[in-house]
Amino acid sequence: MGIRFVLMVNKQGQTRLAQYYEYLNVEERRALEGEIVRKCLTRTQQQCSFVEHRNYKVVYRRYASLFFLVGVDNEENELAILEFIHLLVETMDRHFGNVCELDIMFHLEKAHFMLEEMVMNGCIIETSKTNILSQIQLMERAS
Amino acid sequence: MNPFSSGTRLRDMIRAIRACKTAAEERAVVRKECASIRAAISENDQDYRHRNLAKLMFIHMLGYPTHFGQMECLKLIASPGFPEKRIGYLGLMLLLDERQEVLMLVTNSIKQDLNHTNQYIVGLALCALGNICSAEMARDLAPEVERLLQFRDPNIRKKAALCSIRIIKKVPDLAENFINPAASLLKEKHHGVLLTGVQLCTDMCNVSSEAHEHFKKKCIDGLVKVLKDLTNSPYAPEYDISGISDPFLHIRLLKLLRVLGQGDADASDIMNDILAQVATKTESNKNAGNAILYQCVVTIMSIEDNGGLRVLAVNILGRFLSSRDNNIRYVALNMLMKAIALDSQAVQRHRVTILECVKDSDASIRKRALELIYLLVNENNVKLLTKELIDYLEVTDPDFKEDLTAKICSIVEKFSPEKLWYIDQMLKVLSEAGNFVKDDVWHALIVVITNAPNLHGYTVRSLYKAVQTAGDQETLVRVAVWCIGEYGELLVSNTGVLDVEDPITVTEADALDVVETAIGNPSSDLTTRAMCLVASLKLSSHFPSCSKRVSDIVRHHKGSLVLELQQRAIEFNSIIEKHGKIRSTLVERMPVLDEATFSGRRAGSMPPSVSTSQGALPKIPNGVAKPTSAPLVDLLDFSSDDIPVPGGSGGDFLQDLLGVDISPSPSQVTSGTQKSGTDVLLDLLSIGTPPAQSNLSTLDILSPSQDIKSPVDVLTKLASPSPSAQTSTPVGGSSMLDLLDDFGTTLSLPETNGPTYPAIIAFESSSLKVTFNFSKEPGSPQTTLIEARFTNKSPNAYSNFVFQAAVPKFLQLHLDPASSNTLPANSNDSITQKLRVSNSQHGKKSLVMRLRINYKVNDKDVLEEGQINNFPRDL
Repeated sequence: MGIRFVLMVNKQGQTRLAQYYEYLNVEERRALEGEIVRKCLTRTQQQCSFVEHRNYKVVYRRYASLFFLVGVDNEENELAILEFIHLLVETMDRHFGNVCELDIMFHLEKAHFMLEEMVMNGCIIETSKTNILSQIQLMERAS
Repeated sequence: MNPFSSGTRLRDMIRAIRACKTAAEERAVVRKECASIRAAISENDQDYRHRNLAKLMFIHMLGYPTHFGQMECLKLIASPGFPEKRIGYLGLMLLLDERQEVLMLVTNSIKQDLNHTNQYIVGLALCALGNICSAEMARDLAPEVERLLQFRDPNIRKKAALCSIRIIKKVPDLAENFINPAASLLKEKHHGVLLTGVQLCTDMCNVSSEAHEHFKKKCIDGLVKVLKDLTNSPYAPEYDISGISDPFLHIRLLKLLRVLGQGDADASDIMNDILAQVATKTESNKNAGNAILYQCVVTIMSIEDNGGLRVLAVNILGRFLSSRDNNIRYVALNMLMKAIALDSQAVQRHRVTILECVKDSDASIRKRALELIYLLVNENNVKLLTKELIDYLEVTDPDFKEDLTAKICSIVEKFSPEKLWYIDQMLKVLSEAGNFVKDDVWHALIVVITNAPNLHGYTVRSLYKAVQTAGDQETLVRVAVWCIGEYGELLVSNTGVLDVEDPITVTEADALDVVETAIGNPSSDLTTRAMCLVASLKLSSHFPSCSKRVSDIVRHHKGSLVLELQQRAIEFNSIIEKHGKIRSTLVERMPVLDEATFSGRRAGSMPPSVSTSQGALPKIPNGVAKPTSAPLVDLLDFSSDDIPVPGGSGGDFLQDLLGVDISPSPSQVTSGTQKSGTDVLLDLLSIGTPPAQSNLSTLDILSPSQDIKSPVDVLTKLASPSPSAQTSTPVGGSSMLDLLDDFGTTLSLPETNGPTYPAIIAFESSSLKVTFNFSKEPGSPQTTLIEARFTNKSPNAYSNFVFQAAVPKFLQLHLDPASSNTLPANSNDSITQKLRVSNSQHGKKSLVMRLRINYKVNDKDVLEEGQINNFPRDL
């Protein structure tokens, strides 16, 4: 199990999406998010995209006002995770059309559905944007 | 209509939360929403169920408790429509976890959905199962998942594959059922299925050696072919990332090959060609390509040795390391850590570049590089690397100093070629970052200093100079004060000047200035001040001209509010005023501390809970005085006396002379062992304080696994003094007592037959105090008689006073009736009660006890409870 959590956080440090693949209770999550966000948000663009925190390695990438943070274990390929974040953003972009923070906020469940089609139990499950989105579109037609 | 009724849309709730200016406002909005959702739940509202759940998910993300919505998830999952199920399963995955009993209830719904005719619903159930499945669910549902691995739709197969991973991790026994279906997934063409299938095989290798063997025999050729096709595949728009077809699949395949090739020369051989092809042909100007190269290097490093490939891999790392992209440099450093075990020469070649990375502005890179450098240090390059690191220590930012200091100290200790160099480097570190140096490091430095007699003069002079400029580094000050106390006369007389030294002139008053400044510095802590007092006493003997000043310093501290300092000052004052003729003998130089013992003690590390203190207890050599008397012998330096000095416990002296911290560190608790006549002396000379009082922690003493957490207990387990030590106690004790007489001090000596124990305050609250006095029955060391005395601290009388106590199994307790059941107001010791405790683990464990006290005050029942952990040891 490579991916431990996926977080989307805005520049103010507010969590916009959080998905954990291991159990942490609410207090632990809040603490962890606070610590990690504080660490990542203070870094400059030139610094590398990896931050070690507790026993996690956090791979993060910034898109406009939104930070995407993925916590992985030590065995994971950090560069691949960076690529994965980009794939996630591209997928959301294709669905929402120029995705922004508000899209994710107001369509939290859809963002979750997309993530769910991409990651399951900490493993990447699908890398084709068409395949990922076909499931979401199905959902939209049904409702 | 109230805008926050259950009718508000999700959108409106989010807007309302976003509009909040403060955290308190947000909490208020969330509380209202939660209340209305709860109301909707209790009304069993059907229409808004999934909207409410969506709201709950949002609230959960903000970090508020949402457990009350869990049952709603189950209801939604059980409903027939796809959209309801969709949101229900999402809620299940977000709000629940495998630990909760609710999961039991959902197993049946999932089972039904796994057999549903609608494949999308099957997909939902698989996804949920893959994320939250528990061991019981795994056993129940494994057959369904196994069947779904062959489902016609690839989207179901890929989810079933990942679901299988969860199942075999929860229940490894089930792995064998999945071997064949997993192997057949490797022949798939669909990328998603292939990706998850490869992942499944990798994880199966980790849980089942049978599966590992199977894949190694049957699948390597196939995997190599898949990888080859993938690297040579034409442009596929759906999976293309910057010119590379599906890098994620590349990486998964390389990871599986690594697992299969490890420790198997034949298997490694088969994959050689394709690895070489990937390593040479992959584009390295984009992140995706570098990710593959990185994974390829990991695989090459792990599989069986093939010279050519290794060279290729190390070259790739070299290229990574010199990259301008920080991400690439980071992974290169990470990889070099692993490569160092295989080919340290190749890594050494990059030393200069790595050293540059230690100074990088990026904390992540610095940390990696420092760890790598630490592994690269050897006898040949230690001087060079240490110099670089220490130079850097001067300019680095404070966050990094702690790590860097620890690493430098460790390197210096490990590889130091000579003592002079060691002392020099440590002094540099102490002056630069003394506040980050751990206790055991400067303790070790002092041991080394005492063992280098030809460098005493040099060291004390260097320290003197260093303190002038870096007097704010506490550990530097401690070492300096200690050395000035010991070798002050060498500082003044300029004895043993080395060629490299600049001569300095220091007067006796200057030397004492250092000590006086340190003791007067408000930021100095207790340890430093106590060391200063000892040092000044020592100087008073070496520097007669300063003895007036010393006695002023000592006298000044007689009024100190800190008990330890006050006690020391009073004792030293008495030595100065009344016992001038033995003073010089008392403050003679410390004997050389034994390096081997000290390092042995450091190595025998203590349990983590007491990691700051020094190693385990020293072994007590047979027939030698027990350890409590040893430091005494030493401080007073009675080596000419007929008391045998224990040869093997040099570290112990150090401990006791240096370790004057007042916190209840284990060593001091140890010195509280075997409270006998010597202890009076011990207390007089104040080496360490008596064991911690009122250690009323809330640990559950009755469960043995938790016992270990209390420091006292840890010690008890370690202590188990040897019988020889015990028998020698009275001997050591009485000779001490003779010496005591010499002091002319009037002490009420305890009766010398049989040990005595100090009374303890067993329990104290604002209204009540319980003290315990101990005695032993002659002839039965296991049994302790305790006299409990109760004091009423309040202005009200207590009636119906009942005292109860409980002990763990290894103890037996007998309670005599109390002398009375009323406790008058503000009374001292007006009730007494006798207890008799037998310790079946006498000498191994000390007593522990829980107590409960009931009484009535002003007709109200009061219950007080507590736990006693501060029994004298060895009862």
